[in-house]
Amino acid sequence: MKKHTLSVSVENEPGVLSRVVGLFSGRGFNIYSLNVAPTLEKGVSLMTIVAEGDDGIVEQIVKQLRKLVPTIKVKDLTELKSVDREMVLLKVNAEDSKRAEILRIVDIFRCKVVDVSVDELTMEVTGDQGKISALVNLLTRFGIKEIARTGNVALQRSMQIDL
Amino acid sequence: MKLTGAQILLKCLEKEGVDVMFGFPGGAVIDIYDAIPKSPVEHILVRHEQGAIHAADGYARATGQVGVCLVTSGPGATNTVTGIATAYADSIPVVIFTGQVPRSLIGNDAFQEVDIVGITRPCTKHNYLVQDIEDLAETIKQAFYLARSGRPGPVLIDVPKDIQSQVYEFHYPENVEMRSYKPTSAPHIGQIRKVVKLLKGAKKPLFYTGGGVITSAAHEELTWLGKQLSIPVTSTLMGLGAFPGDDDLFLGMLGMHGTYAANMAVNNCDLLLAVGARFDDRVTGKIDTFAPHATIVHIDVDPTSIQKNISVQVPLVADCKSALSALKEETEGTVGDFDWAGSHKEWVDQVQAWAKEHPLTYNDDTANIKPQFVVEKIYEITKGDAIIATEVGQNQMWAAQFYKYTKPNTLLTSGGLGTMGYGFPAAMGAQRAFPDKLVIDIAGDGSIQMCIQEMMTVVCNKLPVKIVILNNGYLGMVRQWQELFYDKNYCSTCMDAQPDFVKLAEAYGADGYRVTEKKDVESTLREAFATDKPCIIDIRVEQEENVYPMVPAGASLTEMLLV
Repeated sequence: MKKHTLSVSVENEPGVLSRVVGLFSGRGFNIYSLNVAPTLEKGVSLMTIVAEGDDGIVEQIVKQLRKLVPTIKVKDLTELKSVDREMVLLKVNAEDSKRAEILRIVDIFRCKVVDVSVDELTMEVTGDQGKISALVNLLTRFGIKEIARTGNVALQRSMQIDL
Repeated sequence: MKLTGAQILLKCLEKEGVDVMFGFPGGAVIDIYDAIPKSPVEHILVRHEQGAIHAADGYARATGQVGVCLVTSGPGATNTVTGIATAYADSIPVVIFTGQVPRSLIGNDAFQEVDIVGITRPCTKHNYLVQDIEDLAETIKQAFYLARSGRPGPVLIDVPKDIQSQVYEFHYPENVEMRSYKPTSAPHIGQIRKVVKLLKGAKKPLFYTGGGVITSAAHEELTWLGKQLSIPVTSTLMGLGAFPGDDDLFLGMLGMHGTYAANMAVNNCDLLLAVGARFDDRVTGKIDTFAPHATIVHIDVDPTSIQKNISVQVPLVADCKSALSALKEETEGTVGDFDWAGSHKEWVDQVQAWAKEHPLTYNDDTANIKPQFVVEKIYEITKGDAIIATEVGQNQMWAAQFYKYTKPNTLLTSGGLGTMGYGFPAAMGAQRAFPDKLVIDIAGDGSIQMCIQEMMTVVCNKLPVKIVILNNGYLGMVRQWQELFYDKNYCSTCMDAQPDFVKLAEAYGADGYRVTEKKDVESTLREAFATDKPCIIDIRVEQEENVYPMVPAGASLTEMLLV
């Protein structure tokens, strides 16, 4: 089962999120992550939904999303060249002896330390799925105490060509 | 012109051409009821909100127009949910107005408050909570447009009580412009030409038509194509009446209780033209073996129906009427020079041979009244010129099999959701739309009791609906499954404790008839149909009669159990 990133623009009206989420739960589709926020266009919000399923299921998801009355546009970015990013906040155990090593990793991954205490570091990282999982893997051995993720946001690339 | 919210609502209905609504009052809609006497829109007071929504649905199915229903908040609203889901499953245009507690109380668990917009989100095409009197008229305009356009469906508008009494300038928009909603109606001409080419090459083509043909009023185009191009037609339950049921090319219904000829035709055809149908599990049986030799063309206005249950070779998103008209235009010129009848003759002969081999039938060698016999008699007496509503279960299947529907919008039945209790209030709605037509609800003794309270509504509104109860003392369809697949463990399906339906009819002020002898069936039906009063005709039929043919759930269409 492949993950698909769907970019969905919707009328920003009450209940629209619940219509989208209800569609997934009611039809037994899986949401991996969902992000929603207003766009520059008045009254329009953009949702980035990462969903899992085989091609037939994803085709149904896309059609069902289009069928919702407040849906303006649905794009499956998996089929297109796109940039996608996720931001993650990680709180990691960082007693004195480990701190230097963690900070090196922070550096390599271009993370930013956003909070610090005697034995913890909280860092912010932005990247695609590969980078995020690599970082999480590396930090696991220090003990990740908490993690908060935005879920993917994505945009289609302007130039749809292979460079 | 300044009007109250309640007056605006009624004025909008007037502008939409609504002549009647079905409803039940309550605290949260009392302002609307206060304004009803001064509105030309008639209100029919039902006895239960489920009756109101089914009546609006029946009205919509019989007329092709949007049905309207008005109920109060809380329990009034939740009582319509089954009916809304019924209309949603069968794509029926209905607009439901529910009262809501005043805006200041929303979310406070106020008296008779329920989040009906939340509850009905998955079973409406769309729904609204009106938050501002400024939006009321436009919301109603949109609701009617949504309900009837594209793939039709129910739309609910929740109107808080304080908005009903607010005063605002009335302006009804002329047009609807929604950037997020633009249903497709015209077919892709390239796809149409592909279909014509397939048709010319096909030796064994078959039309499989559904409710979409009736919804879009494409029956004339379908009939022309079927007859001129000599293509046999089978229909789903929802599509009955779109192609004349008494025509030789009509094979009857397909699927679980479809005819032998229809199911064999599906299994053997080389080109299946699915029009306004959605490959429901009751139609396809085991999906892997459905139409195994066919190239499938699927015409539907709803893109989600296509490639959902079955993969098809030629998808065609379009309104059935415009698609079939385009097909007609593209083939009209060929009728003279291409020998359609000749090229399909062998196939048509084969299909008709199947129909002769195993026609719809039943063993009539007992003294008991067979339910199928009753339905046949109803057809003989009415000559097909009636509106038939059904409940759900065996009564519904016999009504589908043994009555020949020759015109669209003459069968009102809950196909998708399978709602017991649907038929009688739906018949009531249809009777209100066509006061001079004969409207008959073919019912079972189980399902009729689910909305029996509407007897009072038909009596006091002089709506002479005829209820024919095929009374077998069982919840017959479940009993049939128990007999065939659960070792006759008739748990909770025996309904031998039942009211005296004749006295019940009389108690409501209607006529009641009971038939226990076969010889009295026809004369009693004739007598009852001739009066201008609503009535119940309680016909005691063979108790353990089964509906055949039957394809067990999940089996292939060719694995039919026959009589």
